[in-house]
Amino acid sequence: MAEAGERTMPMRVAERLDGLGRGVLAGVAEIGLGAALFAQSIFWIVMGNRRAQPVRIAATFARCMEVGIDALPIVTMMSVTIGMMLAIQGIYTLKVFGAEEQVTIGVGFSVVREFGPLITGILVAGRTGSSLAARIGTMRISQEVDALQVMGINPVRFIVAPALIAMVVMVPVLTFWADLVMLAGAGWYISVSLGMSFAAYTDRIIEIVSVEDLFHGLYKSMLFSVLITLVGVINGANVTGGAEGVGRMTTRSVVLSISAIIITDMVFAFITTRSG
Amino acid sequence: MNQSAHQAHAYIRPQFVDPRTVVEVKKLVTHYGAREILHGIDLEIREGEVMVIMGGSGSGKSTLLNTLLGLLHPTSGSVRILGQDLHSISDVQRTKLRQKMGVAFQGGALFSSLSVLENIMLPLREHTRLDVSTMRIMARLKMQVVNLDGFENLMPAELSGGMIKRAAFARAIVMDPRVLFCDEPSAGLDPVVASAIDDLILSLRDAMGMSIVVVTHELESAFRIADRICVLDKGNILLVGTVDEVRATDNERIQNLLNRRTEEKILDPDQYLRNLTAAND
Repeated sequence: MAEAGERTMPMRVAERLDGLGRGVLAGVAEIGLGAALFAQSIFWIVMGNRRAQPVRIAATFARCMEVGIDALPIVTMMSVTIGMMLAIQGIYTLKVFGAEEQVTIGVGFSVVREFGPLITGILVAGRTGSSLAARIGTMRISQEVDALQVMGINPVRFIVAPALIAMVVMVPVLTFWADLVMLAGAGWYISVSLGMSFAAYTDRIIEIVSVEDLFHGLYKSMLFSVLITLVGVINGANVTGGAEGVGRMTTRSVVLSISAIIITDMVFAFITTRSG
Repeated sequence: MNQSAHQAHAYIRPQFVDPRTVVEVKKLVTHYGAREILHGIDLEIREGEVMVIMGGSGSGKSTLLNTLLGLLHPTSGSVRILGQDLHSISDVQRTKLRQKMGVAFQGGALFSSLSVLENIMLPLREHTRLDVSTMRIMARLKMQVVNLDGFENLMPAELSGGMIKRAAFARAIVMDPRVLFCDEPSAGLDPVVASAIDDLILSLRDAMGMSIVVVTHELESAFRIADRICVLDKGNILLVGTVDEVRATDNERIQNLLNRRTEEKILDPDQYLRNLTAAND
C-alpha cells in the first residue's frame, strides 16, 4: 500500500498537469477551428460566385427571417421590461441625491451602450445559437454533412456562410430595435412617475446620446453575432453520441456563447471607452 | 487463411490497371487515432459491375467506404477514382470528380428541411445552370426510376424506411454518376422491401451501366446482387471473387461468416469468475 502511495503522488500531479495541458490544447484547437471557419465563410462569401458555388441568397434570407423577424416578439417584450426596470432602479438610486430628473442620462447611455446589445446578444444566443448547434449536430449524426461533402457541396458555404451573414446583418438591426423599445419603456415609466412629458424625455435622450454611443453598441452586437455563430457551429460540428450528444453540445453552446458575449463586452467597453 | 489471402492477391492483380477500372485502391492504410483499421488494402472495381464489400461489424468496411468517398484521409496508399487520386487532387478537381460519384447513405441522409423533390434536385441546383423546370423534370425522372413518383412534396420525416432509401438512391443518381456507392442498402428493411432495393440496384447497373459499390453485411442480398464480392475481416481482404468462388472457399473465417457462426471462445469457468472479481481487489 505504501509503495502504491509513493507512486501515486507524483503520478497524480502528472495526471493533473496532463489534464490541464489537454484542456488548454483543446481550447486552443477550438479557437483555431473558429478562426478557420470564419476565414472559410468569408472565402465562400467573396469567392463563391467565381467558383460557381455561390452562397445562396434564398437560404440567407430564410436564416435572416429566423434570426431577426422571428425573434422580434421576445426581443420586444424583454426590452420593454428591462427599460422599465432600469427606470425604476434609476429613480430609486437618484432619489438619494434628490436628482430623479437625471435618470434620463443613466437610462440613455446604459441602454444604447450596454443593455440593448447585451440583452439582444443573450436572447439570440439562447434562440439562434442553440438552434444552430442543434441543427448542425443533428445533420452530422444523420450523415447530412457527409452527404453534402460527397455531393461536392462545401458544408461551410452551404450551412455556415448563410447563417453568418444573417447574424451579422440581423443582430445589429435587432439591437437597434431593442434600443428603441427599451428607451420607450423607460420613458413611459419616467413620464408617468416623474410627471415629465414623453416628448421632453425624447428630446433629452436625443440631446444626450450621440451617434458614437449608438454605434458603440451596434459594433458590439456585430461582434457578438460572429461569436454566437462560431460557437454554435463549432459545438454542432463536434457532436458525437446521438441525441444525448446533441443536447449536451447545445447546452454547451449557449453557456459558452453567453460567457463569450459578456467577457467580450467588458473588454470592448474597456478598450474603446478608455481610449475614447 | 494464407492460401486465400494469396488467392485474393492473384485475383485482383494490383500491378495491372485495366482501362475499364473505375475505382482502384492501392496499399490503403488508415488509422483511427492511433489504431490501425485497414492494413494495406488492394482492390479494383471494374466498370459496370456490382462489387459487394462484405464483412462483419468491426471488419473495417465502413472505414473503407468512408476512405473511398474521401471523408476519411488514409495514412498511406491511394484511392484512384476514374483515374484521379481522390485524396491528392485540388479542391476544385475533387468537386468535379464528386459529380461523377453518387452515394446512397445508410440512413438516407436526406435534408430534413427540404422536400423529397428539393432533396433530389439539390445536386442539379448546385452543379448545373439548368432552369428550375428542367431540373424538376430530371428529378421526377429519377423518382420514377426508383419507383417513388407521386411523393415529390412530402418531407423526409413523412416517408417510410424503404421510401427514404429510394429517395436517397434517386438523389445519388440524379447527376448520372459513373460510380454509385451504397452503404447498407437493405439494412433495417423488411425482406420484401429489401429485395425491391436489390432489384433497383441491379436495374441501375443494367439500364445505366453504372459501377456500383455496395457495403453490406446482409448475405442474402450480397449473393443476389454481387458480380464480385470482397470479404473484409479485421482490416484485411480475405478474398475477392465471384459469388460461387466465395461460396466454395474453404477459408474458415469466411465460412463462419456465411453460416452465421460466431467464433466460439472456450470459456474456463474459473478464469471467468476471476475476471469478474478482478476489479474488486
